[in-house]
Amino acid sequence: MSPTDRNANPSPNPWGLDCNEFVELVTAYLENALSADDRASFEKHLSLCGSCRTYMEQMRLTLQGTRALREEDVPPGALETFRKAFRSSKGK
Amino acid sequence: MHLAAQASHWSVALTFSDQPVPPGGPAADPTPGAAAPASFADHGEARLFAALRRGDEDAFVELVQRHHATLKRLARLFVPSDSVAEEVVQETWLAVLQGLERFEGRSTLKTWIFRIVVNRARTRGERESRTVSFSSLITEEAEAPEMAVSPDRFRGPSDAYPGHWTVPLPRWGEDPEKWVSSHETMRHLRAALDLLPPAQRSVVMLRDVQDFTAEEVCEALGVSEANQRVLLHRGRSRLRRALEVHFGRRGATA
Repeated sequence: MSPTDRNANPSPNPWGLDCNEFVELVTAYLENALSADDRASFEKHLSLCGSCRTYMEQMRLTLQGTRALREEDVPPGALETFRKAFRSSKGK
Repeated sequence: MHLAAQASHWSVALTFSDQPVPPGGPAADPTPGAAAPASFADHGEARLFAALRRGDEDAFVELVQRHHATLKRLARLFVPSDSVAEEVVQETWLAVLQGLERFEGRSTLKTWIFRIVVNRARTRGERESRTVSFSSLITEEAEAPEMAVSPDRFRGPSDAYPGHWTVPLPRWGEDPEKWVSSHETMRHLRAALDLLPPAQRSVVMLRDVQDFTAEEVCEALGVSEANQRVLLHRGRSRLRRALEVHFGRRGATA
């Protein structure tokens, strides 16, 4: 569906948005970057569409998982180098 | 160690290229023992900074452990090998040690460190004639069309519900919280993060793994607010898709 299809039809979408539009606005919604109108349409769709609620849940779960990732360790030996450098920077 | 021996040379570079110069020229040294700057985004960082100022070696080690791997991944975007990236990050830590006394908290401590590494890696990359500019990488990734979800998952324009899901989206099991936090799922997520295109990976890593704010990412990477959001959206959407594939495979074999 091209964006012009929607422009050609000025009647408001009873779903607020279509699902394929919803999924593209999730980050802007979470970042609080939507206009008041878009936010209202987004929330209307969220309240009406079970699959998009599941989608939102999956994005939240993904984010939760990413936030729980930890970076790998500093290479062996490097920490001792930094400790020495720290001591010498304080010793001056 | 030769790294420590070169520290004084780096401190010169730090003064001129890494520290933001305020309007009207460089500011005087901060008052010794001054309180931690007010701009710290999180309490942990303020505590670390205060400990560093007191000369607490363990605080420095904690700072290194917190950021080293991410700094290396960032540096790797600009330089041709892992070993050069490691060198750039080691230089950065020494520059941080040298610059700490003069750090005034106009940015957060971590943003300051990340900017040092980006500047140094960029300079090093230019010297080694690997001139992949990060800004062109960002523009390229942000401007190429990319959907959060494959279009074939949605109904076509002639359908009674155009643009709606073809089939209802299945949840990730009975207890998705537990599933996502399982060791196996986390391993898949880690692998998917490593496979993100570089600019997306950088933004997702900083925002979601390292807990940077949007403003801090824009400052550290030199990206616009709009591009930061586009890259974050695409990166997170790809990770969700990777988990969906992982869940589907597990479901199919269960």
